[in-house]
Amino acid sequence: MSENPTETQGSIKLSTKSVNLYYGNHHALGDITFDIPSCAITAIIGPSGCGKSTLLRLFNRMNDLIPSVTVTGDVFLNDVPIYGKDMDVVSLRQKIGMVFQKPNVFPMSIYENVAIGPKHHGIRSKRELMEIAERCLKQASLWDEVKDMLSKPGLGLALGQQQRLCIARALAVEPEVLLMDESCSALDPQSTMKIEDLMQELAKKYTIIIVTHNMEQAARVSHMSAFMMIDENKIGRLHEYSDTHQMFINPKDKLTEDYITGRFG
Amino acid sequence: MKLKENISKYIFLTLAFSSISALALITVFIIINGVPIIAEVGIINFIFGMSWAPSHGEYGIFPMIIGSVTVTLGAAVLGVPIGVCCAIFLTEFAPPTLSKLFRPAIQLLAGIPSVVYGFWGLLFIVPFIRNFFGGPGLSILAGSVILAIMVLPTVISITEVSILALPKQYREGALALGMTHWQTIRSVILPSAKSGIVAAVILGIGRAIGETMAVIMVLGNAVAVPESILDPVRTLTTNIGIEMGYASGTHRQALFATGIVLFIIIMVLNATAQYITRKKK
Ligand SMILES: Nc1ncnc2c1ncn2[C@@H]1O[C@H](COP(=O)(O)OP(=O)(O)OP(=O)(O)O)[C@@H](O)[C@H]1O
Ligand SMILES: [Mg+2]
Repeated sequence: MSENPTETQGSIKLSTKSVNLYYGNHHALGDITFDIPSCAITAIIGPSGCGKSTLLRLFNRMNDLIPSVTVTGDVFLNDVPIYGKDMDVVSLRQKIGMVFQKPNVFPMSIYENVAIGPKHHGIRSKRELMEIAERCLKQASLWDEVKDMLSKPGLGLALGQQQRLCIARALAVEPEVLLMDESCSALDPQSTMKIEDLMQELAKKYTIIIVTHNMEQAARVSHMSAFMMIDENKIGRLHEYSDTHQMFINPKDKLTEDYITGRFG
Repeated sequence: MKLKENISKYIFLTLAFSSISALALITVFIIINGVPIIAEVGIINFIFGMSWAPSHGEYGIFPMIIGSVTVTLGAAVLGVPIGVCCAIFLTEFAPPTLSKLFRPAIQLLAGIPSVVYGFWGLLFIVPFIRNFFGGPGLSILAGSVILAIMVLPTVISITEVSILALPKQYREGALALGMTHWQTIRSVILPSAKSGIVAAVILGIGRAIGETMAVIMVLGNAVAVPESILDPVRTLTTNIGIEMGYASGTHRQALFATGIVLFIIIMVLNATAQYITRKKK
């Protein structure tokens, strides 16, 4: 098992400084500044369309795929600006993995799904790849269910298993950060429970950022919570960012309280 | 209202039925005309016979089968990589304005009459081959080049459609793993679109093997098993095209029998393509 050298509980893993993001003319994120602690789970919550996914995709530069996007301000990973000129996006994405809303297992075998990342990052030895696959499937608590069918197509698994396969796939490139955009929303309560347990386990080693519409989930699993809201100009703002306990017991203002108690959103 | 619906229903039914029966009639006609001669010569002698001499009553189509297979294979070897690469370029790299220009141009390529391709091949490809590679110029190579160009629209558009039909989550998933664009294409996009690409290739081959006019003009049409790709050959289609005008009696039947063989080959190819694309779903 590889320990990330920079991981010490409580240090700052990612931070944003006055980030603005535009889709063409549409100002989607306005002046976002916050720090994300390492080895913890940070939840991004807020009503639909407030820019949670946009904010999450900022960290692994997935927004780059949309030609109309422009970003101002700075985002730092371990104090290195990731929107800097000499940033290599490919290696950034190896450090910051992502699990999507719907499981996006590739149409290939279970083993190949997990091995595809490390294989492309230079690991050639079959034995080594097999070890990685086993370790990551175990980490994603999927190993016992699939160990006898590694060469079967990944798409044959149940949805909850597919999502854990996607987690294993992301872990296989040894990221430091894991981004999860509503990764449980397509799953049944049991699979959701499994993945929540998994997140807690992984948070000992990885920095995890989740987007969720499920307030109970945010309260259950996250250490920090970021509540986003669109302002009167439809710009997504970070309305409150604090310790999850604090936010759920003693929200900063009425707006936050109304949202987390489910009075709107 | 009811009556009107009923009438239109029967009109459509009649039209649909007549097109299907036309197809059935053609099939039956070909079989009735072709089967007796196969029975007379013997199926083995017909398919594997080396000599085609209607005036002596010798009907062996093996040289033509070799002709069709070599020309078509040549077209596939030249056309498929170009077509698949074109489709990858259009879906993955081309700026939208360029692909908007490209797509109708490729469709136009499909609309050019085959005789124009043949004429063009005769004027440019054949002399080019004669001057640079030797031989008569009229050759397998010339036919393959022309057919490769002719199958491009089929290969490009079907490959393109099957790549575009992939969920965008595959691409995002691969990029999010830190794979480069090229690695994503090679290891995720292309394998995922594999069945569509294979279908594109098979349909392209089906089109190539059935093409007649363009290849009549550039193949040289000699009935002999070729020794190199610079030799002239005759294909199953050109055999029918060339001799149909004056053939009669058993000779005419033998041409229909050639048609049966062609018919079966193309049916098998199409069925394979359909099977592959359907298995995906
Ligand atoms: N590709 C895009 N092009 C243009 N505008 C976009 C694009 N993606 C998102 N937006 C806009 O940016 C804003 C924020 O979208 P985003 O997807 O980040 O919201 P979200 O909080 O994740 O919503 P949800 O909870 O529904 O997932 C929305 O107004 C949306 O319309
Ligand atoms: Mg979202």
